[in-house]
Amino acid sequence: MTEKQDYTIESLNGIVESLYDQMDNGNVPAMNISLRSKRNIEFDPKSSVWKYGDQKSVRTAKTVKGALMLLRTVYTADFIKGMLNANKSSTLREMYYISEGWNNAKFHSQDESNILAEDLEVITGCMREEFKLRPEEDGARIYGDLTLTELTRKGEKKKINCIEDVGDSGYGIPYNVGPEKIEFKDCNAKFVMAIETGGMFDRLVENGFPEKYDALLVHLKGQPTRSTRRFIKRVNEELRLPVTVFTDGDPWSFRIFASVAYGAIKTAHISDYLATPSAQFIGITPSDILNYDLPTDNLSEKDVGALNAELSDPRFKDEFWENEIQAMLGMKKKAEQQALAKYGLDFVTDTYLPEKLTDMGIL
Amino acid sequence: MRSTGDVTDSGPETKGRSIAYKLADKQQEISVAEFFEKNKQILGFDSRSKSLLMGIKEAVDNSLDACEEAEIAPDISVRIERLDDDDYRITVDDNGPGIVHSAIKNVYGRLLYGSRFHALRQSRGQQGIGISATVMYGYLTTGKPAHVISKVSGEDEVAWEMDIVIDTKTNRPLVTNERAFTWERDHGTSIEFTIKGRYMTGKQSVFEYLKNTAIVNPHAAITFHDPDGKKWTFEKATEIIPPKPREIKPHPEGMEIGDLIKFAHGSKQKNVKSFLKEDFSRVTGRIADDILELSKIDPRAPPQDLTRDQCAAMIEAIGKVKIMAPQTDCLSPIGDTLIKKGLMHVMEGLRPDYYATPVTRPPKTANGNPFVVEAGIVYGGDIPSEGQVNILRFANRVPLLYQQGACAITKAISEMDWRRYGLEQRGGKGIPYGPAIILVHVASTKVPFTSEGKEAIASYPEILSEVSAALRLCARNLKSHLNKLERRSKTHAKFEIVQEILPDLAKKSADYLGRPLPSLERTITKIMNVVWIEPSVEKIGKNNRRYIYKIYNYTNNVRSFGLHAQVPKESVNLALFMNPAFVDLNDEGKAYWEVRDLQPSSSAVISFELSGEMADTFSQEDVYVSGINPAIVMGAEPLPGDWGIKGMEITEEEEILSEDDTLEEEEEELEEEEFEKEADLND
Repeated sequence: MTEKQDYTIESLNGIVESLYDQMDNGNVPAMNISLRSKRNIEFDPKSSVWKYGDQKSVRTAKTVKGALMLLRTVYTADFIKGMLNANKSSTLREMYYISEGWNNAKFHSQDESNILAEDLEVITGCMREEFKLRPEEDGARIYGDLTLTELTRKGEKKKINCIEDVGDSGYGIPYNVGPEKIEFKDCNAKFVMAIETGGMFDRLVENGFPEKYDALLVHLKGQPTRSTRRFIKRVNEELRLPVTVFTDGDPWSFRIFASVAYGAIKTAHISDYLATPSAQFIGITPSDILNYDLPTDNLSEKDVGALNAELSDPRFKDEFWENEIQAMLGMKKKAEQQALAKYGLDFVTDTYLPEKLTDMGIL
Repeated sequence: MRSTGDVTDSGPETKGRSIAYKLADKQQEISVAEFFEKNKQILGFDSRSKSLLMGIKEAVDNSLDACEEAEIAPDISVRIERLDDDDYRITVDDNGPGIVHSAIKNVYGRLLYGSRFHALRQSRGQQGIGISATVMYGYLTTGKPAHVISKVSGEDEVAWEMDIVIDTKTNRPLVTNERAFTWERDHGTSIEFTIKGRYMTGKQSVFEYLKNTAIVNPHAAITFHDPDGKKWTFEKATEIIPPKPREIKPHPEGMEIGDLIKFAHGSKQKNVKSFLKEDFSRVTGRIADDILELSKIDPRAPPQDLTRDQCAAMIEAIGKVKIMAPQTDCLSPIGDTLIKKGLMHVMEGLRPDYYATPVTRPPKTANGNPFVVEAGIVYGGDIPSEGQVNILRFANRVPLLYQQGACAITKAISEMDWRRYGLEQRGGKGIPYGPAIILVHVASTKVPFTSEGKEAIASYPEILSEVSAALRLCARNLKSHLNKLERRSKTHAKFEIVQEILPDLAKKSADYLGRPLPSLERTITKIMNVVWIEPSVEKIGKNNRRYIYKIYNYTNNVRSFGLHAQVPKESVNLALFMNPAFVDLNDEGKAYWEVRDLQPSSSAVISFELSGEMADTFSQEDVYVSGINPAIVMGAEPLPGDWGIKGMEITEEEEILSEDDTLEEEEEELEEEEFEKEADLND
């Protein structure tokens, strides 16, 4: 067993011991955990990302919900310890199903088990991977002139150039993108462009954009997974490529950008690993909607609610975002990336992106 | 109102009184039938379906009134047969006192027969135009006579039957096929008539009318044969027969000009002064003098000669003279216990969760007439929770099925803010929403209606305020029940924790660490921190129930406190007095126990038995505590301030709850960020 694994087990033991001792001393068992809400995220100037602050919430056995979460915590700790000892791993979904046999501690939805896994990360400071828990899905796909090696399950290091050695859909990022799994070998790309929709990713590949402008395209698939964000972060840090984000022009896409650049609220305990503070937002911005006279949809009630929530989200507290959000609330419109096709299929690669990227100083 | 044999001059006396005089005014010019035809609406025969209901209502109301007057427990059968299309034959049978032979034809065959005016009493018959109008309407629409059988009690009596129609020109009965025969019954009446109508189901149906009648007449047994051959039975819920309503003389303040003229002209008194003194209630010689002086009428004038103007002056004078409020002891409200019984009996099918203790208000006066308001609320169970609450309105024990919107009862309900009492209501106004049935009964010697149709009670401020007062009391009970439910669910949650989750947590942690199982007692006491009162009921034999209260002290301190319950006094037996904690039982049935020095983590038992008819009116959750901080008690309410405790020895101890117990857990919350696109952020 490695030192890291020993540490992981020690941490889990500590949680259970604390609960046991509280009961043994005749107290009501309770556990403190960082409050995981937008009220408790703070900007960390050292790493330029958003992390949890000092606010704690108490999980006690005084309520049914609290008591059940404590019980589940012990069951989950026991399950993880078992996997570490047997050198096994499981998916989050498998853990959810394994809890079927935990009687009262059984999870009622996968959300509950996912949240608990995150809670354990927050409490122990260990990463999910160290608990031998992995996600269901792999990360996004990338396309661009980057050469890397991936350590396959067969144990061989496979060398891949993300244009030459892949098809039109690019290279698929595995769920684990740590340095032991993926090594960067050679890179001719000059910048990263993370794209929200598959349609736009394919448009750019088809139009030869990555080759022409030396771009490394990353398809975010909506909200990016941890491995996608970790991958972008590594490319940014290790290869010193600037990162740009190209999404739809709607409130939800602003949050996609925020999770790439600032860190997501749910995973603020590992923002250090996941967030790329220097990432820049290309668009679609509300100003683009006006400047390019793009076809729009009306904002729904939910959209308006989301925008208002963003106004009180500390991550969006800067002049750029406040102006853009207010502008969108004012015009009551949103637009998709692919609305640029109004001016033809090449407009996005020939006009829009070069203009925007030049403004940003990337080209 | 039908005569009962010994009262020779009585007939449908109070029925449709004001209509009576309007009718009489017009009798010179037009025939009764013509008048009837023109005024169908105000008489309640405005639609086919309503006509059918009105006919039955007249007959059933008559039967109930007659039984009440003779102090007989009513047993009434209603049968509807569909003859063809719109023709229905209705038969209403009762076990009432019967009608003397000579009066039968007039009761059924003469509109407004024998209306008299010298006495008022709470009776159903005030409503509607009377059974004779039904007979006439049936004859006018189908051409068929009514058939009546009646027999009064007595060894020499025989039953009489006859066919009756009304001569519409002269308002006189035309009798055919009259004969005497031997009936198997000792006494009773059966009326059969044919009427054009429409049989409907739903809110304004015969079934609904009979069902609601059964609720407010729990002493009556009602059987209903519907036109489709189905038989419905509402058995009686109690043997207690309401007292015979007492007659009172009219109070001058209730007089209207037309009433006064007719009353004066029909008086047997020789002069106006004695007319005022003798024919009215609450009028003394001095008051009569004052009235006559103010209205400038010679006290010696015969009342029969009073002019319209003189009567008007007299009414004005009555308004100025201070007269004592009318007596109120002539009213017979249903009473809280019997309302509850009636509701429970009829609502059983809906399995309601809760019957708010019904309220009977003290009598009050409106417009010279005494009245009493009663109310009850039924909640939960299978009562539909979507839509507005169901309002059951009653006047003198008669259901009001029409014109709900115009009624004072509806108005009073709509003006209350029900949100405070746990019902939904848009903007705190209007009819509330939720799984509830609200019952309101107004009893009076003369219920003021908005119109001759007598479907809606007029919104006198006195009546509105009494209805609100009664409803607020009921609603308070409902609210405390809803609070109780909420507390109980919290208690259940605590039990789930200490009995299920915590032991699991201890075992799993001990297993994980390879340590012995920790002892949980102190932790459990800290989590519960309550005195827990757990009720249970055992049925012993057919009519006997044992109520058991197990009292656990899940706190760290020794506890002493009082326990209270109001039980039906006639139902208790020795078991109550034998319980060592028992202290006292007062005249109202309020029982009091003392729990002394209950140690932490120990328990005590209080039990008693109830038997007999009223036993089920006690609900085991209705127990109260005193002398202890109610916040640490689960399973009993704090004693209401107006309980009136005798011999309380335990004084309230001040207790500061530790911060632990008052602070609710701060639940960790995740951001609302996670709709839609961020939903898959987890992996």
